[in-house]
Amino acid sequence: MEPHDHESTHGAHDHPHAEPGASERPGYYDMMETALRELLIERKLVDPAEFRRQIEVLDSRTPALGAKVVARAWVDPAFRERLLANGRAACEECGISSYDETELIVLENTDKVHNLIVCTLCSCYPRPVLGLPPDWYKLKAYRSRAVIEPRTLLAEFGTVIPDSVEVRVSDSTALVRYLVLPKRPEGTEHFTEEELASLVTRDAMIGVIPVTANQGST
Amino acid sequence: MWGKDLRVIADKAGVVLALGEEPTFHEGDKVRVLNRSPIGHYRVPRYLRGKEALIESVIEPRALDNEEEAYGRNAGSKRHYYRIAVPMTEIWPNYAGSKNDGLRIEVFESWLERR
Repeated sequence: MEPHDHESTHGAHDHPHAEPGASERPGYYDMMETALRELLIERKLVDPAEFRRQIEVLDSRTPALGAKVVARAWVDPAFRERLLANGRAACEECGISSYDETELIVLENTDKVHNLIVCTLCSCYPRPVLGLPPDWYKLKAYRSRAVIEPRTLLAEFGTVIPDSVEVRVSDSTALVRYLVLPKRPEGTEHFTEEELASLVTRDAMIGVIPVTANQGST
Repeated sequence: MWGKDLRVIADKAGVVLALGEEPTFHEGDKVRVLNRSPIGHYRVPRYLRGKEALIESVIEPRALDNEEEAYGRNAGSKRHYYRIAVPMTEIWPNYAGSKNDGLRIEVFESWLERR
């Protein structure tokens, strides 16, 4: 396809795209990672199958797991209590193992408190229950602004928190991860647990948006 | 069991706890994050050093000191670990938002002093 065909079919979208997997030269850290991985395999310290297995572990963790946990907490008060008392144990109860040995504190949003999670030092994230973090979660702008001006940041996500509600930011530093338990939206009293889970998005479990009854995960 | 209860039960059993076995701080204690600047991989963000806080909870059980592990000491040392609460206005004097807004973070005992 000629470059101008791309332009004509996409209007103003005329910048060139790199083919996936055929992008620029690898960067410094890409090369370091490759070199280290090849050395570990060459010295038989790690089996290539172990790398592949770990990718399978990560791929099996998605926000759908967290959404199931949230929906269950909404319909089962006893589970909710166990979840708030010990997030890791309650998730393990649902078959969600803490493969990275991190503890989990579940933060409940209420009419009085809105929770937001961040890792200012790096990118600590509840991977066992949500999978990999979104790219913006790892950016310095998010990491610094979440603790400096959380209300302005939330407003940019469309989430305006009234002054009567406390904004509580949890900064993850080492051994503990957080999951936000959003408020159950009104008008969902007749929803099944599965229907409720379909409403719960990754961003709601990070705390940047609420869960709404008419907007589910895609 | 690593909070005040442990001492009560141990006392009843006539058991003497080792130094460091009990957490130094308990829920509600007033603390300050130490303002030190060691070289290396320390998991206390700079913006919190020297700030006043309250102990919200003791994270149980004691946690592996990853600040030591990061230096390859691999001593397996465990330290008490606390969730602390810091008002946003304590961190940022010009904080734009409700004075009730706050921050929560986990810190090793070696980074806290009583105030």
